[in-house]
Amino acid sequence: MSIDLPVLKPADFGSDQDVRWCPGCGDYSILAQMKKTLAKIGDPRENTVFISGIGCSSRFPYYMNTYGLHSIHGRAPAFATGLKVCRPDLKVWVITGDGDALSIGGNHLMHAIRRNVDINIILFNNRIYGLTKGQYSPTSETGKITKSSPVGSIDNPLTPLSLAMGCGASFVARSIDVNIKHLGQTLLRASAHKGTSFVEVYQNCNIFNDGVWKYATDRESKTDNLIELEHGKPLIFGKDRDKGIRLNSMTPEVVELGKGISEDDLLFHDEKSTEPSLAFLLSRLRQPEFPEAIGVFRDIAMPVYDEGVNQQVDQAQEANPDSTLDELFNSGTCWDVE
Amino acid sequence: MSTTTTPEKITGATIRFAGDSGDGMQLSGTQLTNTSALAGNDVATFPDFPAEIRAPRGTRAGVSGFQVQIAAEDIFTPGDQLDTLVVMNPAALVTNIGDLKTGGTLIVNEDSFQAKDLRLAKLDENPLDGVGLDEYRVIKIKMTLLTRTAVEELGLSAKIADRCKNFFAMGFVYWLYNRDLQPTLDFIQSKFGGMPDIAEANEKSLKAGFNYGETTEAAISTYQVGQATLPKGRYRNIMGNQALAIGCIAAAKLSDRDLFLGSYPITPASDILHELSKHKEHGVRTFQAEDEIAAICSVIGAAFAGHMGITASSGPGIALKGEAMGLGMILELPMLIINVQRGGPSTGLPTKTEQSDLYQAMYGRNGESPLPVVAPQSPSDCFATAIDAWRIAVTFMCPVIILSDGYIANGAEPWKIPTFDSLEKIEITHPAPREDDDPEFLPYSRDENLARPWALPGTKGLEHRIGGLEKAAETGDVSYDPDNHQAMCELRQEKVDRIADFIPPLEVCGPEKGDLLVLSWGGTYGACRTAVTRAQSAGTSVAHAQLRFLNPFPSNLEEVLNNYDKVLIPELNLGQLKALIQAKYLVECIGLNKVKGRPFAIVEIEQRIAELTR
Repeated sequence: MSIDLPVLKPADFGSDQDVRWCPGCGDYSILAQMKKTLAKIGDPRENTVFISGIGCSSRFPYYMNTYGLHSIHGRAPAFATGLKVCRPDLKVWVITGDGDALSIGGNHLMHAIRRNVDINIILFNNRIYGLTKGQYSPTSETGKITKSSPVGSIDNPLTPLSLAMGCGASFVARSIDVNIKHLGQTLLRASAHKGTSFVEVYQNCNIFNDGVWKYATDRESKTDNLIELEHGKPLIFGKDRDKGIRLNSMTPEVVELGKGISEDDLLFHDEKSTEPSLAFLLSRLRQPEFPEAIGVFRDIAMPVYDEGVNQQVDQAQEANPDSTLDELFNSGTCWDVE
Repeated sequence: MSTTTTPEKITGATIRFAGDSGDGMQLSGTQLTNTSALAGNDVATFPDFPAEIRAPRGTRAGVSGFQVQIAAEDIFTPGDQLDTLVVMNPAALVTNIGDLKTGGTLIVNEDSFQAKDLRLAKLDENPLDGVGLDEYRVIKIKMTLLTRTAVEELGLSAKIADRCKNFFAMGFVYWLYNRDLQPTLDFIQSKFGGMPDIAEANEKSLKAGFNYGETTEAAISTYQVGQATLPKGRYRNIMGNQALAIGCIAAAKLSDRDLFLGSYPITPASDILHELSKHKEHGVRTFQAEDEIAAICSVIGAAFAGHMGITASSGPGIALKGEAMGLGMILELPMLIINVQRGGPSTGLPTKTEQSDLYQAMYGRNGESPLPVVAPQSPSDCFATAIDAWRIAVTFMCPVIILSDGYIANGAEPWKIPTFDSLEKIEITHPAPREDDDPEFLPYSRDENLARPWALPGTKGLEHRIGGLEKAAETGDVSYDPDNHQAMCELRQEKVDRIADFIPPLEVCGPEKGDLLVLSWGGTYGACRTAVTRAQSAGTSVAHAQLRFLNPFPSNLEEVLNNYDKVLIPELNLGQLKALIQAKYLVECIGLNKVKGRPFAIVEIEQRIAELTR
């Protein structure tokens, strides 16, 4: 028996709405990769839901021809949790930004991750508030001059992946808007993971923070400034792949290969390690001291929240197959008035 | 069981147990309530306890009380003045004695009036000495000593033995009111059965208290409260929060869907979360969220998913939910938002009752954001309120606010148990899947109630996006069009206004026209109804009406208001309903306002009625 199911193409996932991001925004690339990814996954459109908060990135659901909920600032993970607990059959994506997820919504992000709700959270990090026209964000670098920090921001920036790891995230990854092949693969991996998948995407805001990820996207510099993580492989980088990361006690250091140092001396990536310390350490590698890692930092199996909730309901129903509401109404001490 | 004197037959009594937070006063009161209900009395309770779990022992701040009225007639309140007051220490005496009737019975644990106890209660003199208590019938009992003696043979520590003295006090009150010990003995077995020593000690203490009355106070009269003539049927005692929870489960079943509660613990609403989390066998999913905001956001997610989503909180939590309530309103998804009101503003009086969140329910959101508001009138009425509110929510596709209060939430009364089959079903339809060449799906099209279709994710061909931005009529696409915004704001308002034709008209108890109308809402029902009934029997031209639906008001409200010379609105706030009514109908109303963290006494309403009808 064979049924010809219609094969969905990336374009089938686009809605009829005009995309209103600024021309040249990194969001366009992420949108395109998402459509490709969903076409690859091949689920019917009606089984996917996009939920977002507020901000430029959060307009994303309007541009997808799936179910969508454009919610309130910072709270998307909470909406997603309620939806997923009630409807584990749906694929739920949360689209958020650095302000939405890490500032106003920090609490919900933290709790969705530690519960390990089966949702995919994609954080578009452009290190700036775009929709409110250019204030510094929780990921803006110290000293950043913006409209709200005319003499430089004195805030310490947050590293999103470190936060996720601190919450016990079961899937953590990073990619870059213009690195389209890598981004597509990363989204696919996130989708395949059971539990909360947390993906940070370096995204360029060409209006308010243009070039903030230049070091990671320029053809000339990117190989020296990025390490692409591969499971079971040593941490090697550089145009000539002649540099690596070595652990000196608990401190990472950049070393040059050769001169008595071989690949075996380097740190090897293990995304399946149940112990998160090395993955956390990788998330702390920041420019300019270190190359920054992209790829999957962590992908481990952990109990999934929505499954747990529904298991408890199933077990209670199996244990009490005949329970009726009349029984519930009449529980406790009752008496009759004749 | 027998007493040496023939008990005096009375129609009812109001009894309060008062002691330290750790003295077990809530348990004593609850047991007396249940025993009396089983004896066929009508009952109504009022627990009153401090916000601190264990305030410093022996201090006035740490006094916890439980009041119950037991009656041979239909009653609506836990009573005003006390016939009997049991006090376990000096702090309880000085903070409660003002509520005891002249000639009322004061039962005192004499052992706890030592110098140290007096100091903790900040008393220079022992109130048991002198003439201060002469107007009461004072029964001093060495409860601590007698309880220790009663359990002596069990070899328990003094600390454990002393914990049994609330059972001794109960035993004495059971003797005084000729109560059957058996229901409480059964309770002791089920509650403490796993700890035989404790069970036995409590049993012995209970019996010792009862026997003490019989042997030492045989000369004083005891009381017998006859059976109330409640309507025929099966009853149980139910607390307001419990009735709300069970009502929500019933509403979910009546509309054939699973229940999802997203909630964050807050006094006095947490018992709704506790109760619902016990009933997973009925398809109930409870989510203890990280905060109030996440709680309601998860509920909106559940509503989008097609479940019956509810959140329960109190004023401070509702304040946090405001933005999401506005989203729920503009998304036009059905859900219930329960506010168990407590004393405000800010953290206010967490364990005390108030009705001061009516403005918040009406106006506590940005923009034009009308939401229907329903208020239960008593603990058992919470059951029907939940069903009514959900019926409105799904019929009109909107969140509905239930305004309960601490007095209703923690109070208990007999509930005439319905059969599930006798409850009216709640019909919900969802749009069917559509094929590519079917007509376009319009998520913001309208039915005769102006409700939009509830299209569920997972339904083929109905993929659509909803959000907090203003949406174009019909398509739901984002729209900044000025005329569209005006039309949509007016439409959402009109949708709520039209609920007035869906709800029953306001009923009046008493003459259709007259000198005075007492208009109440929420938990003030009992005191108002009783006060008006009393005034009516005294020949006063006064009627009572209870507003169950506060937004929109019933369609005949204006007509009813105009049928009386004066309108009195008693509220546990500074005049919120009064202001709403005056603004809408331009009818001058008289307020009776109290914000003391306590419900109205019947007599307070009676006095005002008398003044206004003189």
